[in-house]
Amino acid sequence: MFGYYLIIVLLLGTGTLLNRNRVIRILLLAVFLAVQTAIAIYGYLHLNTGELGGTFYYDSLGVLFLGVLSVLSYTTVFHSYRYLHHRDDDSRKQSIYFTALIILIGAMTCVYLAASIGVMWVLIEATTLSVAVLIYHERTHLSLEATYKYVFICSIGITFAFVGIVFLSKALQETKSVNLSFTDIPGHLQNVNTFWLKLAFVFMLVGFSTKMGLFPMHTIEVDANTVAPPPISAFISTALLNVGFMAIFRTYSLMAHTSILPWMNHILLWSGFLSIFVSTVYILSVNHLKRMFAYSSLEHMGLVAIGLASGGIGYFAAILHMVLHSFVKASVFYQIDQVFRVFNTFIINKTGNYFNKNLTGALVMLLIFMSITAMPPSGMFISEFLIFRSLFASHNILLLVLILLMLTMIMWAVGKNIFTMLFLPQNEPTGKFVKISPWESSTQFFLLTTAIYLGLNPPAMFVQLINDAILVLPK
Amino acid sequence: MINVLLITFLMTLFFVAIANRLLTYIKVLALQGVILFTVVFIQLSHINTLNLILILMETIFFKSIAVPLFLAYIIKHNKITREAEPYVPHFISLIIVTVICIASILLVNSIEDNQLDKIFFVVALSALFTGLYFIISRRKIITHVMGYLIMENGVFVLSLALGSEMTMLVNIGIMLDIFVSVLVLGIFTNRIGDTFEAMSVDNLSNLKD
Repeated sequence: MFGYYLIIVLLLGTGTLLNRNRVIRILLLAVFLAVQTAIAIYGYLHLNTGELGGTFYYDSLGVLFLGVLSVLSYTTVFHSYRYLHHRDDDSRKQSIYFTALIILIGAMTCVYLAASIGVMWVLIEATTLSVAVLIYHERTHLSLEATYKYVFICSIGITFAFVGIVFLSKALQETKSVNLSFTDIPGHLQNVNTFWLKLAFVFMLVGFSTKMGLFPMHTIEVDANTVAPPPISAFISTALLNVGFMAIFRTYSLMAHTSILPWMNHILLWSGFLSIFVSTVYILSVNHLKRMFAYSSLEHMGLVAIGLASGGIGYFAAILHMVLHSFVKASVFYQIDQVFRVFNTFIINKTGNYFNKNLTGALVMLLIFMSITAMPPSGMFISEFLIFRSLFASHNILLLVLILLMLTMIMWAVGKNIFTMLFLPQNEPTGKFVKISPWESSTQFFLLTTAIYLGLNPPAMFVQLINDAILVLPK
Repeated sequence: MINVLLITFLMTLFFVAIANRLLTYIKVLALQGVILFTVVFIQLSHINTLNLILILMETIFFKSIAVPLFLAYIIKHNKITREAEPYVPHFISLIIVTVICIASILLVNSIEDNQLDKIFFVVALSALFTGLYFIISRRKIITHVMGYLIMENGVFVLSLALGSEMTMLVNIGIMLDIFVSVLVLGIFTNRIGDTFEAMSVDNLSNLKD
């Protein structure tokens, strides 16, 4: 089945690249979305089975993120269509855009389901290449700069990750094992030289943080978010972050049963704390709507790293937080596309009175404010609460207090900026007034309510998936 | 024999540290490709013949011919000045590269592992961090790419250290190589040279808070 999926995705990608007809393009995209949904459902029905000779494997975490990706594919394709329509891009540019999007979604699907560390690594490269095409879509000086930085730093990151994999193999070599699959490695790591494992973990953490957007590799994520088309920003700060999280989670779970576990937790805790710290510092001074939400992604990734490091209920909370963050952050960037069409700028000080100009959009913004700052009834309130509980349980009280202080500052800054945009009068009009159809906000209402629902009343199968995913970690 | 080759590889790093002209960088990259070709030939001679041929072709064709020629073409085509224009004087670069090498030697010597090919690890780590240092200390975008290629050669040496048991690692390293070639091609097919005047990193500072 997965082989067919790959072939169909490649065929559809080629078809979209060659096709210049509007109707056929919509048809191809519809087929692609159907195939994407089919693979997600098929994966759920065939949990814990391998495909293509064990190269790919439907495990719980992979299928969970695949489901999230499939939901977001629908909304991203829809909003991409609105975005391109509004920009009046010619047919050739639209073809390139959608081809890159199809390849990107396909590559991310493969990363989620990859069964061995080598395969995952190669496919992460593929996501970098395809997302670079999308970041560069507007063809401006700024987008060229951001694309260059993104590709270059991601390549350095991917090189570091490869060095990490070589060190891991060096450790495995002592046990005469040449198998690099995720299920096989942990059993061989019991009695190996921990020095190699530590080196491997550090290199892989730094390398994969380029994708997850953790400190110190967060800058490219922020820059890429600034210039990318809003529907693509929605992907960069959701599904691609999940790719990075997945890679780090897999690395972590490989070594979690060895004696370096406390050491790894220490590193992750620092990385998470510094991420939140940096994001607080920047969010207090930022005046660019997209950058503000990019730094908010950095904050949430820091929280996830801390949840992972604290253990216990923190494992569960980290994965739950990733999923909820995906839904909320995606709707943020879809809404930002509307904001840009109304104001023709991303600079917060130049906007104002959004309530009068686009009532539905303003309601979405209010809901976003509550969700992203994790106020009840936001689903993220639950996951953040669980992360704090795990921090408390692991006796990191000082860290907990510091983080809570910083989160309060972030809440204030985000609130100030959003309310400036919603309620204060606009100083001087920017661009001509555009009427936005309320229907375009429906996807955001859908995603935000899904996030609330999953947080407050998670369905049993959802909880089951997360619980299965953390079975590989120590209790 | 391998030791001689790897030490020559290490010496090329020092040479790059004090090199002034971009053409010298390119020649050194080509030389590194040839050295790696010979090392692969000796180190991996007993693996599957088809795979060996693939790896040999990759080192000789990509690393020593295609990429250097392409870089030379870019320099000519985009009329880039021929000096490397580092931020720091050559002398200090030389000292820093020396410090990197000594640190790698100390790090590798501190590992208690009797079946370790120390020389591979020393050379690989030195090349990795020297490449990173070149990226930080040089001003032009094209020297960034060259620094990255040096890093990448270092990673290739590292994968060779384990290559005889795990050929898959070397193959993944080749994937990285091809990825880099695509990156170089994609970035430099005229566009970046036309848009960023003089291709200097100083023009890459518009995105900030």
